Amino acid sequence: MLSFFLRRLLMTLPVVWIVITLVFGLIHMVPGDPVAQMLGEGASVTEVERLRHELGLDRSLLEQYRTYMSGIVRGDLGMSFRNQESVTTSILTRYPATIELAVAATIFSIVLAIPFGVISAVRRGRSADRAIGVVSLLGVSLPNFVLGPILILLLSINLGILPVSGRGGITHLILPAITLGGALAAVTMRMVRGSMLEEIRQDYVRTARAKGLSEKVVLFAHALRNGLIPVITVLGLQMGALLAGAIITEMIFSWPGLGRLTIQAINARDYPLAQGCILTIALTYILVNLATDLLYSVVDPRIRYD
Amino acid sequence: MTEFLRKNKLAFTGLIIVGLLTLSAVFAPWLMPYDPSDQLLQDRLQGPTWQHPLGNDELGRDILSRILLGARVSMRVGATVVLLSGIAGVLIGGFAGYVGGKIDTFVTVVVFNSLLAFPGILLQIALVAFLGPGLDRLIFALVILWWVGFARLARGQVLKVKTLEFVEAARAIGASNLRIFIRHILPNIIQPVLIQASIAMAAAVLAEASLSFLGLGITPPTPSWGAMLNDGRNHLFDAPHMVVFPSIALVLTVLSFNFLGDALRDWLDPRNL
Repeated sequence: MLSFFLRRLLMTLPVVWIVITLVFGLIHMVPGDPVAQMLGEGASVTEVERLRHELGLDRSLLEQYRTYMSGIVRGDLGMSFRNQESVTTSILTRYPATIELAVAATIFSIVLAIPFGVISAVRRGRSADRAIGVVSLLGVSLPNFVLGPILILLLSINLGILPVSGRGGITHLILPAITLGGALAAVTMRMVRGSMLEEIRQDYVRTARAKGLSEKVVLFAHALRNGLIPVITVLGLQMGALLAGAIITEMIFSWPGLGRLTIQAINARDYPLAQGCILTIALTYILVNLATDLLYSVVDPRIRYD
Repeated sequence: MTEFLRKNKLAFTGLIIVGLLTLSAVFAPWLMPYDPSDQLLQDRLQGPTWQHPLGNDELGRDILSRILLGARVSMRVGATVVLLSGIAGVLIGGFAGYVGGKIDTFVTVVVFNSLLAFPGILLQIALVAFLGPGLDRLIFALVILWWVGFARLARGQVLKVKTLEFVEAARAIGASNLRIFIRHILPNIIQPVLIQASIAMAAAVLAEASLSFLGLGITPPTPSWGAMLNDGRNHLFDAPHMVVFPSIALVLTVLSFNFLGDALRDWLDPRNL
């Protein structure tokens, strides 16, 4: 088991390197001059040259890449152009809020998806299944920037039961978590349904029923336990996407997380900060995928990379 | 097809809405009751009236006209992105799968893995942010990222099809590799690509709206449903119609393409039923 963990960890390293290099490439190789963009159209050539020198952008690409990589290894993501603060500190301050939101959204989607996914599978083809199918398709098609404002309109403005925005207690977390987790709940529900449909046809389920176990025990203790294995992968992959999707949700609810910081940095043309935020979200995505793979091998010992 | 559509009501609804949407996108300039940039300040934030059935925004612009022109933008982005990334993906993925060997390893291991190592929307945001806003840049950024999905699909299909007997037969009678690829393999992998295209169309419309919502996509004064939603967010208290109508337009569009994609899959591969 340990050697599998280590091998999987080693396989992640090249991906991490590719991601870091791609983020570096994005800022340095795409057309357009970040310094000219930062200073605006009215800037003189001297001003552009001075800032370029201050930021180290007049050095060779290889040299800049070396400085950038050595900084990352030391956990130093540079200084923000905007307020001369350490990018690492800014990110670390906002990171917990994003994780809190992502975890809450995942919990919401699991709580919703498992029971409804099971009901949909058990009642296959009946009206309950069709209704759940339509709702889940609606959930997949409802982007968070539509769902968020509609929830604010209904629950905060019309009913006045939940706060509109900001981070605080649990009440502040409900609307952003539903907004972010809505689509994930829909995807997971479809996955649970599909997986359960496979499982309830298996011989061991028939055996469990033949032993006289109650339907609840057969479904939840036997079929669901196996049916959840592929669902874990989807959840893991989606959890990473959730972190990226948090960017929009955080903007809607003025949630002080990493996503909002990313957009603020982009709008302020603060490239080191934007670069650091994007890199952090991408690395978190990779780590979550790695954790999912490892968890998958624990849940289903047949999975190995031999 | 007619029989299938008669039985599958969701697919039929999807097809009707997509048809209407395409028509309104094509004929938007003639269907719009007002110029979408006209600022009627006396009507600002006004709800639906007979003169302005979907109300006016914070600058008094007619929301119906803006939604109609927004449909044109959405469909243009969706169709261009799907077409270009579909062609690039099928050609690159198909070629890699057909020739195999080191080229295939390079495309799958290096190119696919690097582009798929990022969560999709993050890379879109990053690319658009660094390229700058604008319709053409947005399309470029989406194509750069989206061809991989088509390439993966095409590669998998080519790997399956190239071992079939009719390909061997074509090779035996002396057909060139190019002829085999274009005349024999491509027509046999096109079905799953079409299904993917329909689903990708929904995703492209959503991606454009998401980026415009964040202020990174279409630049004003060109109307975009995403940007309209972002404007409406600041007026949830006093003008909720600014959010409600663009939301309905966007969700209906995305749902229709999803319905159509699901139905196409069922129609082309009845095992999924």
